[in-house]
Amino acid sequence: MTMIDIQSLDLSFGHGAQQAHILKSIQLAIDEGESFGLVGESGSGKTTILRCLAGQYNHWTGHISVNNQRLSHRLDRARCRLMQMVFQDPYGSLHPRHTIESILAEPLKIHGIDQRHERIGQLLSKVGLDDSFRYRFPHQLSGGQRQRVAIARALILEPRILLLDEPTSALDVSVQAEILNLLSELRQREGLTYLMVTHDLGVVAHLCDRIAVMQHGEILEVLGTDELLAGQAQHPYTQMLITHSRHKSEVPGQVTRV
Amino acid sequence: MTAETSMTASTSMGSTHPNRYQALWTLCQDSTKRLLKNPLTAVGLGVVIMLLLVALFAPWLATHDPLVQNLNNTLSAPSAAHWFGTDEFGRDIYSRLVHGARITLYIISLVTVIVGPIGLAIGAISGYFGGWVDTLFMRITDIFISFPSLVLALAFVAALGAGLEHAVIAIALTSWPPIARLARAETLQLRQADYIVAVQLQGASSARILCRHIVPMCLSSVIVRLTMNMASIILTAAGLGFLGLGAQPPLPEWGAMISTGRSYMLESWWLVAFPGGAILLVSLAFNLLGDGLRDLLDPRSE
Amino acid sequence: MTTSKLTVKNLGVRFNQDGHFVDAVRNVSFTLGQEKLAIVGESGSGKSTVGRSLLRLHPRTAEIKADALQFGDIDLRHASDKTIQQLRGGRMAMIMQDPKYSLNPVMKVGDQIAEAYRAHHRATRKSAKQKTLEMLDKVHIRDPERVYDLYPHEVSGGMGQRIMIAMMMIPEPEVIIADEPTSALDVSVQQQVLSILDELVTEHHLGLIFISHDLNLVRQFCDRVLVMYAGQVVESIAAADLDHAEHPYTQGLLSALPSVTERRPRLPVLQRDPRWLTATGA
Repeated sequence: MTMIDIQSLDLSFGHGAQQAHILKSIQLAIDEGESFGLVGESGSGKTTILRCLAGQYNHWTGHISVNNQRLSHRLDRARCRLMQMVFQDPYGSLHPRHTIESILAEPLKIHGIDQRHERIGQLLSKVGLDDSFRYRFPHQLSGGQRQRVAIARALILEPRILLLDEPTSALDVSVQAEILNLLSELRQREGLTYLMVTHDLGVVAHLCDRIAVMQHGEILEVLGTDELLAGQAQHPYTQMLITHSRHKSEVPGQVTRV
Repeated sequence: MTAETSMTASTSMGSTHPNRYQALWTLCQDSTKRLLKNPLTAVGLGVVIMLLLVALFAPWLATHDPLVQNLNNTLSAPSAAHWFGTDEFGRDIYSRLVHGARITLYIISLVTVIVGPIGLAIGAISGYFGGWVDTLFMRITDIFISFPSLVLALAFVAALGAGLEHAVIAIALTSWPPIARLARAETLQLRQADYIVAVQLQGASSARILCRHIVPMCLSSVIVRLTMNMASIILTAAGLGFLGLGAQPPLPEWGAMISTGRSYMLESWWLVAFPGGAILLVSLAFNLLGDGLRDLLDPRSE
Repeated sequence: MTTSKLTVKNLGVRFNQDGHFVDAVRNVSFTLGQEKLAIVGESGSGKSTVGRSLLRLHPRTAEIKADALQFGDIDLRHASDKTIQQLRGGRMAMIMQDPKYSLNPVMKVGDQIAEAYRAHHRATRKSAKQKTLEMLDKVHIRDPERVYDLYPHEVSGGMGQRIMIAMMMIPEPEVIIADEPTSALDVSVQQQVLSILDELVTEHHLGLIFISHDLNLVRQFCDRVLVMYAGQVVESIAAADLDHAEHPYTQGLLSALPSVTERRPRLPVLQRDPRWLTATGA
């Protein structure tokens, strides 16, 4: 079953000569329970797709449906229960003056859900934190711990889709491995659908089933992880990205002039 | 998973906080310690606390009734009986100063209570919603900010008549726009923050986001600004008192005391020196305290 | 490695935090010849502190101790601030992570490079400009004349980093310290910047200290790698031998990297051993 269906999604900013066309008729279909990766360099529009789904931009044109419901331009509570997001920077995504408990309790209060204390406790242990973290402030936590809290916050409304915006790019390698393991475990256990944005091919290859490679607001190619691992990418841009992400590639001898 | 859990727990902070009150208590202790580390801030805080105590215990601290005249003993120099001397009606200046602290504190707190919430609300709302709301509120702010504050206060008091309450309203009227601008600038930045986007995505209403998430973050810089403002409030109040538009005689308001003492200034310096010194000391103290609070609360200065 | 340009012996850096000292770097020793030496570690491992303390760019609260800090004929421990000032950007240059913050936003980039040249060489305005244009050409900028007149906000990240390299190279330094020079860049641009750096280092016989968190990058690019953990060097190894790294921390870091060639159900998680904190490395 298709969970997220995006058809001819267009988005531009500005007017007249200054208009910037960020997304150019994007077509994407993501199945339920799938982990899908959007790969590209900065400015390719990959995060913008995520932000459209998360209701941050509402002047897009085209057709998006999630769970067979056509997405309106305004964020509503039903969408919040269905879809949540994990941000790139664990230092900026938690309110600095709130304790971990009040950060996690907030969504429950908004949606009027009871048994908050128990739910928070369960969720903390699910993301690998013990109960002693409950009354700490974000600045008392390490980057990896903060990202765990951010994942817990995204999961507390029991959504079916997680939007992951470079969730590990601000973390150290060893912490990145922990968070990636946590994410893939959670997906298996809860049957979540992931849409992940990253510039790191290694990360998508590890976590995702299929990837879309983006450049200049367009999708160049959609391919399965197996094809990626086997080096069967068609588009030269994808091939270039893969070459640069290999463990022991040669430094290219030629330098292009800019 | 268990191995991971134990690892994250062991790499975390050494001390654990079993409940939220203890967490808050440690935070308070830390802040006080950091606040007092700067000697100037400590002095400022000391003077402000002294002002509070003096105002609170004025009847016990005063040696004479501030309003009772003694025409046999006018304009006497500082002595054992009258520490700061007497004025032209023979009233004890020390006692008048002590009681004047109450008036000063009354003006400061009333203005702050009016100005803080109004400025914060207008600033946060226009910053968060943007668009025409922002344009409307900011143009109103611009209008108020473009008047010289003392002149606006003068006009207001001239229209309503002199008096302490009218002076308070007049001062409040002119001191909210800077607060609103500050709150708006803070909100504009916060609106982009990931944690605000996250609560939006949780379905929180705008009112909830403003009250629970944005306003608490603006609060620290607004408090700093308000503390700094208190100095200028004191000066404006004294200025209005001096011009005879604030507190009316025989109330022992510091500015009014200078105003009446001015005619005898050359022979009896104590008539203006002591109230003037009090105004100087208190407004300086609020400035120092504000500076210290900014170092403590404003993350940008780090 | 013919002659050693820089010798560091038992470098220790401590920060004074409210009366008690925190060790940021302990017992770090290395020599730098005409080579590309990488210092690798995770955040907080002290890798940047090493680079900064060589140029005395550390904060005032820091305290530096070393048995030797020898740069050519200069003893960096006892050198006067004036000597260090001349050294900085002259014989020893530093390239920072983000060119956006290292360039003056209200000055043309070309003028900034020319100024860097004139700070260390007696030259007329005209010859400095000539030299700058040559340098811009060396970092493979296609149209030096045009780029000379641009302002920092008008250049892209990759171009900005090329400009930074040009600026650092123009006084003809002997040693370059590059602190995460490519972390803010896209992969494709990253490779270009690295090959320019590589070209210049080889051509001018420089010593390069390359501070990075990216093991993959370092193993492609550098000759030798110092792996730092909690302020200490736990392993010093030739980049080509990284696969045979002996220290469990290095091994753990390498295996925790997700790969584009094979898929593992779980990534091995690094188990930190408290003994790593006490053992003194190579």
